[in-house]
Amino acid sequence: MTAPLVEVKDLAKTFDVSAPWLNRVVERQPRQFVHAVDGVSFAIQRGKTLALVGESGCGKSTVARLLVGLYSPTRGSVQFDGKDTHGAADRAQLRLMRRRMQMIFQDPYASLNPRWKVRDIVGEPLTEHGLVTDAVELRRRVAELLLSVGLAAADVDKFPHQFSGGQRQRISIARALATQPEFLVCDEPTSALDVSVQAQVLNIMKDLQRQRGLTYLFISHNLAVVRHVSDQVGVMYLGRLVELADKAELFSRPRHPYTRMLLDAIPDIRMSGRARTPVQGEVPNPLSPPSGCAFHPRCPHANARCSQERPALTAVAGISVACHAVTEGRI
Amino acid sequence: MAGAVPLLEVRHLRVEFPSRRGTLLALDDISFSIAPGEVLGVVGESGAGKSLTGAAIIGLLDPPGRIAGGEILLAGQRIDNLPYEQMRAIRGRRIGAIFQDPLTSLNPLYTIGRQLIETIRTHLPVSEDQARARAVKLLQETGIPAAEQRIDQYPHQFSGGMRQRVVIALALAAEPKLIVADEPTTALDVSIQAQIISLLRRLCKEHGTAVMLVTHDMGVIAETCDRVAVMYAGRIVEVGPVADVIHRPSHPYTVGLMGSIPAMDEDRERLLQIDGAMPRLNAIPSGCAFNPRCPQVFERCRSERPDLLEAGPTRAACWRVADGLRSVA
Repeated sequence: MTAPLVEVKDLAKTFDVSAPWLNRVVERQPRQFVHAVDGVSFAIQRGKTLALVGESGCGKSTVARLLVGLYSPTRGSVQFDGKDTHGAADRAQLRLMRRRMQMIFQDPYASLNPRWKVRDIVGEPLTEHGLVTDAVELRRRVAELLLSVGLAAADVDKFPHQFSGGQRQRISIARALATQPEFLVCDEPTSALDVSVQAQVLNIMKDLQRQRGLTYLFISHNLAVVRHVSDQVGVMYLGRLVELADKAELFSRPRHPYTRMLLDAIPDIRMSGRARTPVQGEVPNPLSPPSGCAFHPRCPHANARCSQERPALTAVAGISVACHAVTEGRI
Repeated sequence: MAGAVPLLEVRHLRVEFPSRRGTLLALDDISFSIAPGEVLGVVGESGAGKSLTGAAIIGLLDPPGRIAGGEILLAGQRIDNLPYEQMRAIRGRRIGAIFQDPLTSLNPLYTIGRQLIETIRTHLPVSEDQARARAVKLLQETGIPAAEQRIDQYPHQFSGGMRQRVVIALALAAEPKLIVADEPTTALDVSIQAQIISLLRRLCKEHGTAVMLVTHDMGVIAETCDRVAVMYAGRIVEVGPVADVIHRPSHPYTVGLMGSIPAMDEDRERLLQIDGAMPRLNAIPSGCAFNPRCPQVFERCRSERPDLLEAGPTRAACWRVADGLRSVA
C-alpha cells in the first residue's frame, strides 16, 4: 500500500476552561481542562474519504481544525504527505502545505464575508497564495471555479445574500478548490441545508472527488450521509476514537456498543419494522468524564473492568475498536 | 372516522404578509384535518410554510402576518377569529405547543417547577400543592430522574434533551387534546432525538392527545406519524397515510424529496436530486409552483394550478395524477 496522504498520530488537544485568576484565588477553584481530543490516530489514503461521526462535543470538529492548522495540538502529530504540519517546518514550506489542504465549514451563512462579492471570495486564495496576478486571468479562473460547482460565471458580481443556502455552500466549495488542494476537510458541510439541497451538494462533492482525485475528511453527525460519502468511518466519543472501520464493515457489523447505539438511533425511514433498542442516557459532561471507558455508564455490556480501565483502540478482525467487551469476546 | 367531527379542521387557510412591495401570500389554500388521537406530520423544506401553518393554528402569527381567508375549527368551533384573550385561554388548555429550541421556550429566571405550576394553575382549578404534585408526576412521566429534587432547579441546570422533556411536560400540563410540535427534535443529537420521539409518541398515546408534528426530517415522520402532509411553497402538494407517501409517493416533489435522502439500506453512487431551489414568496411561478423544477412538467402545469386530487391512497396536487399518468417513483 502506498503511503497515506494524511496521517494522524496520538493527536490531543486540551483547552483551558479555568475560571479567571482572581476567582481561582478567592474562591479556591482549581484549574480546569477539557480534553477535547485525546489520543486520536488515523490515516487517510489518497483519493479516499474518512468520515468522523459522533454527537455534539465529541471532538470531531476539533480534529478538523487541528488538521488544517487552525489549532495547534497539545500532543501528537499530523503528517501531510510525509511532512509534519506543526513541526519546525519553515513558513514558506508551511504556506505551501496550506495551499494543498483546504476547509469547508458548516454554516455557509457565517463562513462567507457578506460585504464581499463572489469574485473576491473565490479569488482571494488565488491572489493570497500568489497563484494569479493578472486581473483577466483571475476573472477567468474564478468563472471556471464557479462553473465547476454548478454556478454561473455571471454570479461573480453578486453578494452572498443573493444566494440560497445550497448555492452559498457551493461558493464555499469553489473557494476551497481555488488553490487546487489535494485534501479537503469538510466540517458538517450539509448539516445546515435542506435534504434536496444536501443531495445536490453531496453529488457535487462526489463528482469533484472523482474528477480531481480529492481526499476528504468528512465530519458529520448524520450516519446516513456518512454511509453515502465515506470509504472509512471513525466513531468518536468524548474525544476518543472508539471504532475505526471500513464503511461496509462498520454498517453491516458494528462492534462498539456506542456505534450500535448510534445506528439504532437513526429513524427508520423505509419503515421496515426493524427492531430498535431504546437509547439510554446522555453524553456526560466532558469536564468530568467517567473513569475507565467513557461510555461505560450508558453501556449495556459494561462490567467492573470497564469502569476502571480505559480500553485502547485495538485491531480486531480488520477493524479497530476500543472496547473490553469486544476484545474479551463478551459481545 | 366517517361522520365523526375531526379534532382540528383547517379549511382553505390563507396567510398573507402585507409588505411595501405588495402582499406576499405565505400560505395558500391549506386544508387538512386531524382526528382525535391522530399524529399528523407536516413536512417540507425551509420556507415551505410548515411552521407558519402551526403558528396560525395556535394563533401566534408574527405581525404583520395575518389570516386572510379560510377557517380553523377546533372540535367544530371556529378559533381563527377569536379575540386575543379567548385564544389565550385555548392555548395551553386545549392546544399545547412544543417548539424547536427548548432553551428559548423556558424562562431562564424561574425554576421549572414554578413554570409548570403556573401553567397548571392557569388552566386547571387546583391548589398550589395539587399543582406541584401534578408537576412532579408530569416530570416523572417524561422520564426526568429524581423529579422531586429537579423540580426546584433552573433550566440551565438541565441538558438539552432534559429541557425538551420539561417542555413536553409543560405542553401536556393541562391535558390538551392537541399538541402542535414545531421541529421538537431538530436541536438535539441523534441519540437524544430518538428518546424524545419515542417519549412523545408514548405519552400522546397514553393521554389520547393528537399531534401536529412539523418537521423537515422524513425519518422522524416515518417513525411517528399516522398521516403526513407534504408542503411546498406555501401549499400542500401531497397528503396521505405515511406508508403510502413514503413508499409510493405520487407528487414529483415528494418523489424527489424521498430520493434525495441517503438511505441506510441501499448503495447509490449519486443521490437523486431536485435541481434548483424553492421559489421565494415574491416570485412563485404561475400554474403549479413546482413546475420549473419538475422533471415531468408539461404544458398544463405552467398555466393552471392543480388542486389536491385523488391518487390512490393519497391525494396529490399534480396534473399527472389527474391524467392517470402516475409519476414513476
